[in-house]
Amino acid sequence: MTDAGRGVVASPDTKAINRMTISLLSQPVNLGLARVAVAAFFSQLDIMVSELEEIKVAVSEAVSNAILHGYLREPDRWITVTAAIYPGWLEIVVEDRGEGFCEADPPPPGSDGHEDGFGMGFALMRSFMDEVVLVSAPGQGTRVVMRKKIRGASMATPENPVAGNC
Amino acid sequence: MMMQMEDKGCSLVARLTGEMDLQVADHLRSALDSAMGEKGTRYLVLDLSGVSFIDSSGLGVILGRYRRLAQSGGRVSLVGLSPPVKNVLELSGLLRIMREYSSAGEALAGLE
Repeated sequence: MTDAGRGVVASPDTKAINRMTISLLSQPVNLGLARVAVAAFFSQLDIMVSELEEIKVAVSEAVSNAILHGYLREPDRWITVTAAIYPGWLEIVVEDRGEGFCEADPPPPGSDGHEDGFGMGFALMRSFMDEVVLVSAPGQGTRVVMRKKIRGASMATPENPVAGNC
Repeated sequence: MMMQMEDKGCSLVARLTGEMDLQVADHLRSALDSAMGEKGTRYLVLDLSGVSFIDSSGLGVILGRYRRLAQSGGRVSLVGLSPPVKNVLELSGLLRIMREYSSAGEALAGLE
């Protein structure tokens, strides 16, 4: 699978170097945990703090969308957040089993369900990540896959310490 | 999220601390609206030096307050933007419509 844009090449056979999954109830108070968990997971990479901050925004947007649009603010539904490291890129998947939407007819910007609804969430996700793929259908939940290229996928090891990102 | 407000006549200085996301957005919105309504605020100075994180939910609160004030010729000024917060504000275009100052004092002076 290639993205003609910023070119993250992902074959279904490519094996993850490392991966984690967490499940959270659809409560806004859990957003902080989702952000920090994903950032902490990716800090094993040779990655800049500024990039980790951008990744946190992307995660926050996807999980907020699951709470607001997937589950319409119901507080007792499950959202899963998966983070994975592949050779040359990192991947985040946020999934809900809520409302879903018709992919051919996505909700227009500004229909965020926030009172101020300015629809900037997707714009931020697409700015901060190299590839954003949405898989959804009405009543079938939503899966957001976000990928970001990483330089050489080099990782901090005791022999190759990386200046602290924490 | 903690909010500390200082009434300066037509200006309201609101100092926020914490993360501006969906968790705090509703409360923040209503706290600002009620303070601004009560005091007849024209100029809102948002001191975000204690804000470590912002996403589109937080942006929505800022933009919504800007819209309300702009209707009657008012303004929103921003102070204390950390690099990650400024990054998001710049990308969203908010810094094209709201001015950034290096302190609340400067922001208030800039409104005169």
